[in-house]
Amino acid sequence: DYDLIIIGGGSGGLACSKEAAALGKKVMVLDYVVPTPLGTSWGLGGTCVNVGCIPKKLMHQAALLGQALQDSRKYGWQYEEQVKHNWEVMVEAIQNYIGSLNWGYRVSLREKSVTYLNSYGEFIEPHKIKATNRKGQVTYHTAETFVLATGERPRYLGIPGDKEYCITSDDLFSLPYCPGKTLVVGASYVALECAGFLAGLGLDVTVMVRSILLRGFDQEMAEKVGAYMETHGVKFIRKFVPVQASMPGRLKVTAKSTEGPEIFEEEYNTVLIAVGRDACTRNIGLETIGVKINEKNGKVPVNDEEQTNVPYVYAIGDILEGKLELTPVAIQAGRLLARRLYGGSSTKCDYINVPTTVFTPLEYGSCGLAEERAIEEYGKQNLEVYHSLFWPLEWTVPGRDNNTCYAKIICSKLDNNRVIGLHVLGPNAGEVTQGFAAAIKCGLTKELLDETIGIHPTCAEVFTTMDITKSSGQDITQRGC
Amino acid sequence: MAALWWRRLPGLRGAVRGLSGKKEYDLLVVGGGSGGLACAKEAAQFGRKVAVLDYVEPSPQGTKWGLGGTCVNVGCIPKKLMHQAALLGSAVRDAQHYGWNIAQPVHHTWSVMAQAVQNYVKSLNWGHRVQLQDKKVKYFNMKGSFSDPYTVCGLTKGGKETIVTAENIVIATGGRPKYPTHIAGALEYGITSDDLFWLKESPGKTLVVGASFSLECAGFLTGIGLDATVMMRSIALRGFDQQMASLVTEHMESYGTKFLKRCLPTKVEKLESNRLQVTWKNTELGTEETDSFDTVMWAVGRAPDTETLNLETAGVKTNSETGKIVVDASEATSVPHIYAIGDITEGRPELTPTAIAAGRLLARRLFGQSSELMDYDNVPTTVFTPLEYGCVGLSEEAAVQCYGSDNIEVYHAYYKPLEFTVAERDATQCYMKMVCLRESEQRILGLHFIGPNAGEVIQGFALGIKCGATYPQLMKTIGIHPTCAEEVTKLHITKRSGLDATVTGC
Repeated sequence: DYDLIIIGGGSGGLACSKEAAALGKKVMVLDYVVPTPLGTSWGLGGTCVNVGCIPKKLMHQAALLGQALQDSRKYGWQYEEQVKHNWEVMVEAIQNYIGSLNWGYRVSLREKSVTYLNSYGEFIEPHKIKATNRKGQVTYHTAETFVLATGERPRYLGIPGDKEYCITSDDLFSLPYCPGKTLVVGASYVALECAGFLAGLGLDVTVMVRSILLRGFDQEMAEKVGAYMETHGVKFIRKFVPVQASMPGRLKVTAKSTEGPEIFEEEYNTVLIAVGRDACTRNIGLETIGVKINEKNGKVPVNDEEQTNVPYVYAIGDILEGKLELTPVAIQAGRLLARRLYGGSSTKCDYINVPTTVFTPLEYGSCGLAEERAIEEYGKQNLEVYHSLFWPLEWTVPGRDNNTCYAKIICSKLDNNRVIGLHVLGPNAGEVTQGFAAAIKCGLTKELLDETIGIHPTCAEVFTTMDITKSSGQDITQRGC
Repeated sequence: MAALWWRRLPGLRGAVRGLSGKKEYDLLVVGGGSGGLACAKEAAQFGRKVAVLDYVEPSPQGTKWGLGGTCVNVGCIPKKLMHQAALLGSAVRDAQHYGWNIAQPVHHTWSVMAQAVQNYVKSLNWGHRVQLQDKKVKYFNMKGSFSDPYTVCGLTKGGKETIVTAENIVIATGGRPKYPTHIAGALEYGITSDDLFWLKESPGKTLVVGASFSLECAGFLTGIGLDATVMMRSIALRGFDQQMASLVTEHMESYGTKFLKRCLPTKVEKLESNRLQVTWKNTELGTEETDSFDTVMWAVGRAPDTETLNLETAGVKTNSETGKIVVDASEATSVPHIYAIGDITEGRPELTPTAIAAGRLLARRLFGQSSELMDYDNVPTTVFTPLEYGCVGLSEEAAVQCYGSDNIEVYHAYYKPLEFTVAERDATQCYMKMVCLRESEQRILGLHFIGPNAGEVIQGFALGIKCGATYPQLMKTIGIHPTCAEEVTKLHITKRSGLDATVTGC
């Protein structure tokens, strides 16, 4: 019936569908949210819009505004000392905005003549899917080409009480009551970002970490992110794993040390599990049509044109094996795929040097390689790392955190001191990093950085005046100007 | 004439040098601002004997300040801090939408802000003195003037004289705000940016006359709750992209700043109440209007500080129209061993980072065997108005003039910062455009961005432009989500298409 059927109406799926429709194809999108153990569900748009980037950044903003309120007094603003945060007001405002996005997507699909089904899709035979809606009604649809864009859902711990008493990010952003004293289990960016803004809103927050923070990210930066959170009131329990969640009265968590027999027990109002996400590929009938997945993590291996082992089935977004789990990557992949399928294009998605930002209380933006990866790939002797501490001008008046913000670039001596990694820890890290990502794509070198004039006064200008190398061992502590 | 004479007769110069003996310093820098200090410190790194003279002639209102120059004392630094104070006012309002319970009333106290800003600036003055000391640069708090091409006479406040001789001299005395002295009462009753940042008491209802820096000042004055009016003769932000300039002023109007466009002040008088009565001519309507203000601030341009330098004695040439010192690509003046950097130089951007870079490179060329010259192309800047405007490269009109409108493509977008959504803030003027060459490669000629944190957004893209970035390369760059900057990597609607340029984030 269709040229293209896309299973999953998230960032990747929607982008792909709209592009294909614009190229004149008959497109259908299926999107269905299986409710969480606690019953939470949401509308069209996928993870990013409903339970990811968007609500996360808005709650992060709410926390940053709390800090701004404190700063404002030093800048001459006066109002009553007692300032409290109302969780329900914030959630309602955020959910209203998300609702408008869900609505906007539905309108957008309609305008572009993309058929949208709020149904759960599964393959039953080659080129054919079965679609089941909330009421249990079933329809069948066929298409020449399929795109899998079902994304992921949070993983649970697999311990007694996890599904009954604990929540995940799927529930947090629409939680109708204030989470109160919270234990966040995990050390992923989801865990740290959530713990960060919860603390910023004035809540008592503890993070339980099994081993390292932000696995996969530059570890020097990860530790600095954690250190800032600790200085600002987030408690960390390191090298412990929860073994049980129970509710004898209040919610109680029992945890075990990873290094010895030590037991930890504490009561919380809320336990947020953020230990990773699992691909939604197990129950959509992929075996029926022979699409291979990685049995361990459920992810789908694809070639550089996002094609699975079954030629008419493609995959994009978070479910891809070995690719970054980011909205813009999914969108780009989805669009380019549609253009290759129907627009005569041959442009493939460029997964190299994709910039990201972790929106922890002190934001961390990066593009390119982590230092340890660079050392592994190039050898320490072939690299030069320039670094600097900096003090955002806006923090001087309130006297906040001098010598905390940090920036570093990793250059390859073998290639004209080309910048192969850029990392910044500071306010507005995303806004700072974006332009440099474009520059890195254009072959940025240290020399070009030195030749470029900085904008003054900003944080970003720090990259144009980096003189001190790690190898020199010189002190980068900032004194005055 | 004198300069040419010196150049053509090196023998004579050598003889003169022989006459006056070995110079006391390898380098003397006159002016301890952004450029001067950077140059001095860099030269000292090479083990050279360096001296810096810095002196602040009090403003007509009597304001003066310490070491560090315009940027530190009466420019970028206090300006951005007061801008931040204003932004925080908006933040307090936004916070309520995000669930923060703030009891009304909320009000701003000028003296708390001013003292905090002034204290920070003073710490920078101190920091600079310590740095000079650490780097063994001799610092004289004296006003310098040339007594001959190798000799500068320094005068302290108390009238004490010190003679300083040097092999190389760098003039970095910067500029000071102009007074429209032809307007009655302008000098007696008006203030300038030199005074604004050092006021102990609130300026109250303020009239800012001017169309560039005035916008930043009027902007933050409005933001902290004061009644601020901008009086402009003609266009705003002359030299900048005019479409962007209009968006900036449009936003300010909706923000609460009043504008008196196409108006020229004719006189300022003091009232019994101590308020100031300003009379002006509305050139559009041909009428004369008047109103009273607590403060009148002139922001009608800056003039180079060369009057008391005695440049003629040294033979240093200036531009007859602007009064600025003429230099070549190596920052040399008409006298080979005398250089000039920063705001005082003709044809250079009046920006701290360019002065610093020029100063550093000059020191490296003089003492470090470098031959690297300053690159003044594609210098990024940001105007810190309530809604900030950052740009790099050519304005649209300059690109059209240079290449012809058929040969350029302008991609643009009206966007909404995510943070504005819950805060219910108006994003009408949040806009960006990229001016590219139309031919196959589509090299980027200019990028313009209005929105929050414009400086942070533009900096990295300025690097991209330095790398010769093209439109396709920018489109290949993946965005960081959710940010404002990512919208730059998603620009796809051309002005030429005439399509609606409003984009939605997700």
